[in-house]
Amino acid sequence: MKIKLLLATLLTVSSLGVFAETPAEKGLRIAKAADLSDQGFSDFTANMVMTLKNRAGKTSRRIIRIKTLEGKGDGDKSLSLFDEPADVKGTAMLTFSHGLKPDDQWLYLPALKRVKRINSKNKSGPFMGSEFAFEDLGSQEVEKFTYNYLKEEPCGNGMKCHVIERIPAYKYSGYTKQVTWIDTQAYRPVKVMYYDRKNSLLKTLNATGFKQYAGKHWRPALMAMQNHQTGKSTTLEWTNYKFKTGLSKRDFNKKSLAR
Amino acid sequence: MVKKYAESVIQFRWALLILSVLFMLLAGVGAKNLFFNNDYRIFFSADDPRLQAFEELQNTYTKNDNVILVLAPKDGVVFKTETLTAIEDVTEKAWQTPYSIRVDSLSNYQHSESVEDDMSVANLFEEASELDADELTRIKAIALNEPLLLHRLISEKAHVSAINITMEFPKQIPDGKGGTIAADPTKQVSEVVTSVRELKSYIEKTYPELSVHLSGIVMMNNAFGEATIYDMSHLLPMALLLILITVFLLLRSVSGTLTTLLVILFSVITAFGLAGWLGIELSSPVMSAPVIIMTLAVADCVHILSTWLSEIRQGSDKKTAMVESLRVNFMPVFLTSVTTAIGFLSLNTSDAPPFRDLGNVAAMGVIAAFIFSIFFLPAIATLLPIREKKKDTHTLKIMSSFAEWVIAKQKSLLVGMSLIAVVLISLIPINELNDVFVEYFDERIEFRRDTDFISQNLTGIYNIEYSINTENTGDISDPDVLVNIKKFTDWLNTQPEVVHVNTVTDTFTRLNKNMHGDDKSYYKLPESREMAAQYLLLYEMSLPFGLDLNNQIDIDKKSTRITVTLKTISTKQVLEMETRVDQWMEQNMPHLKAVGASPTIMFAHIGMKNIISMISGTTIALVLISLILVFALKSWRYGLLSLIPNLVPAGMAFGIWALISGEIGLALSVVTAMTLGIVVDDTIHFLSKYLRARREKGLGAEDAVRYAFSTVGVALWVTSVALVAGFLVLATSSFKLNSGMGLLTAIVIAIALIVDFLLLPPLLIKLDAWLNKDKKVTEPVAAVISENQI
Repeated sequence: MKIKLLLATLLTVSSLGVFAETPAEKGLRIAKAADLSDQGFSDFTANMVMTLKNRAGKTSRRIIRIKTLEGKGDGDKSLSLFDEPADVKGTAMLTFSHGLKPDDQWLYLPALKRVKRINSKNKSGPFMGSEFAFEDLGSQEVEKFTYNYLKEEPCGNGMKCHVIERIPAYKYSGYTKQVTWIDTQAYRPVKVMYYDRKNSLLKTLNATGFKQYAGKHWRPALMAMQNHQTGKSTTLEWTNYKFKTGLSKRDFNKKSLAR
Repeated sequence: MVKKYAESVIQFRWALLILSVLFMLLAGVGAKNLFFNNDYRIFFSADDPRLQAFEELQNTYTKNDNVILVLAPKDGVVFKTETLTAIEDVTEKAWQTPYSIRVDSLSNYQHSESVEDDMSVANLFEEASELDADELTRIKAIALNEPLLLHRLISEKAHVSAINITMEFPKQIPDGKGGTIAADPTKQVSEVVTSVRELKSYIEKTYPELSVHLSGIVMMNNAFGEATIYDMSHLLPMALLLILITVFLLLRSVSGTLTTLLVILFSVITAFGLAGWLGIELSSPVMSAPVIIMTLAVADCVHILSTWLSEIRQGSDKKTAMVESLRVNFMPVFLTSVTTAIGFLSLNTSDAPPFRDLGNVAAMGVIAAFIFSIFFLPAIATLLPIREKKKDTHTLKIMSSFAEWVIAKQKSLLVGMSLIAVVLISLIPINELNDVFVEYFDERIEFRRDTDFISQNLTGIYNIEYSINTENTGDISDPDVLVNIKKFTDWLNTQPEVVHVNTVTDTFTRLNKNMHGDDKSYYKLPESREMAAQYLLLYEMSLPFGLDLNNQIDIDKKSTRITVTLKTISTKQVLEMETRVDQWMEQNMPHLKAVGASPTIMFAHIGMKNIISMISGTTIALVLISLILVFALKSWRYGLLSLIPNLVPAGMAFGIWALISGEIGLALSVVTAMTLGIVVDDTIHFLSKYLRARREKGLGAEDAVRYAFSTVGVALWVTSVALVAGFLVLATSSFKLNSGMGLLTAIVIAIALIVDFLLLPPLLIKLDAWLNKDKKVTEPVAAVISENQI
């Protein structure tokens, strides 16, 4: 009986083609496909230079090393090691990302020689004074959003993109929605537009210089975030991507922070 | 030549009538380009160093444009579930305000405390309706002990609480076609005001026990517009009515009154139309121009029409009478228009762009009034029907007995008037500079009432901001820097003018305490640079959207902003405070010295800056006007003498001002130059008649004074009354820059008449020998052609 029903459903879906799929279903399907396409990286390390620019044109730089371990069942684990500015050198941050549940985060403070849990439900604020919020940088698990497929359109360099609106499903987000551009070929997220609580455009993220690593995983060399309301901007330059370096759970616990 | 012109005007009156209307319409179309700019920044020229310092500060941190929403529970209790529920609800809704980038309130204050050896950062309270008595007490204790909140968002008596909404207005907005266009700031302000007023009525409906007060920079900008709308709807009709009544009483002619009405309306429309073509922005000061133009245009009409009517009453027909009237009035009307226009044009040296615009618009109005008076007025007046009436000679008789009295008492008048003048002028220094911008609006404007409430109950509206700049990246975590900033903060808090100091050191001491298990003995600055920097990093990572530290610390952690909130104090006190802070920094932390920047500072300097910049304007106007007088009177001696009736009235008026108000500032800095061109008209009329009698008719000084009184005495009296009345209407403006200017101008004009009547004649008689040393008896230009009699 169940099989019959399933068959019937499948037949109906295939006969109606994509038109039977609601925009929400299509959005979710693509988000899942994008997630799937990046699965199996197991771990990677990279260096990141973050450059902040204010409206007066002044810039400020932070240098961070990132290690990420692919999550199995739960979200990814990541470790950020701060090299610059000098007075926070040696500070390290450990993040266990989850789906709808707030992420767990700990910070190692070398000046105190102690690990402190970041005890806040509310992590929509700027990361190190930049235009990136935690929620922009954290692992983008599929279940963190509900989706709404908008359209398909060209998005530069001869690419075509799925344009998908996604609405944060977790509490305490700083956004009402995000509109993402994901290229149809390799599911690379090339652009995100963020809308604030009053649903006005807050900022735009453009990712460029994508390269493929380990024959499968695409990563950008440059991520540029422009805040349209304050005129401030932040760029992230990524270098030295290394995949499958053999990291394990033991490299991502509170003890590993102090190293 | 003038007669030829006068005859042609009558001959081609239909053509001139149509041409005048066409000209007015053509100019008037320019009004479509007009728009009202209510940004307070327009009072400062782009190169104003204090404006630049303030803009730079805002570019480094965040903008200061804000709306303060103050909630006042009727029973005066903030810390109860009802009020806190309302605060939580309103805070949430406030995020929907257009252009808002930040909302600060008691409920979303990011309270940090130590929880199980970790630092917890969370809203001060959530789900306020569930709070029990213990929690309320705890929240109250935290709020009243938190320097970031007390006197800023919560009053000491805990009876009112504020929600502060910070806006960021984009200068460019998308045009919908992928490009951008310049945004309309006035529209942006009105969007915000509409939204917060909706919020206010929502609060009043949902929480009837709360009263709501709105203030802040955005509300102030909006008040500029609302004060102007109030003025336009109240002052303009009043001025118009007053003018029509005056003119009718004077001329006793319906057609004459109608003609005057058309000329003044045409002049105003032309002036503002041309302003539109020239791209002049409307602002509150510029909007005093309609009343000024109307008032001044009346004088031209009265001179021409009264001569015309008196000719008709003496038996001339309409056309002949008009030719005669134009013949005798052309030159004086021309001269007085030119001098008045020069006076207004001298406002171009003002440092405040809105007053330059006012000068230019008023000058265009005055010239337009002249053009319409000599081309349009004769045409329309001779076309309208007219009823003849007996001439009223009563006022003339009064005038001649008044002349006799002046001549009889000349010695005591000379001494008495000189004494009064000297005394009043010596009072000028009593005037104090005061440009308290909240007081630019009087109590009829809601912004003023709400702002007064807020400064009486919660916090100050005036502030000074200091951006403390260190040498290297991250230096704000340097213990030496922090110690200095803390010392500075502590010192500021001891100053009598200071209500609140917003400083980053309060955050550092609190974090240090939190990081040590909330041990009170650690409520002090972190000991090392690394500690401070890392605490800050941890704290920053815990903050939610919109509540970050970017408004206090720059991106390079090299500079920090200290905001000092002040009581409502006078400009003099602001300047004293600024100097005191400068000296303290010079002595105690010279390497971290910063200049104060804020609208309060900018307005504190604007009065003096404008007085200085207007000195050159007044001088230029004085020289030009005196040259015109020398030319018109054909005597440099009389020209020199005319300086007394031209300058003394302004001096005396400022002396009287010291007695009735004693506060001068931006608006009054332009009055001397502006009135110079107006008061000189009286002098021109009186002296030209006097000289005509003295030279042409060969009369002695005393007889010449009698002649001058009998010929122009009534006209001067009537036009002065009309001018004083017009400017007194302006004095009822809800906008202090306009009302102060109107009142002082009215005083100057009134004194000018008194001086012309009581001081000038005795002076002429006394100095007669010196004045006529040249013995060159030539006909003064003005005297020959000015024979306007009432």
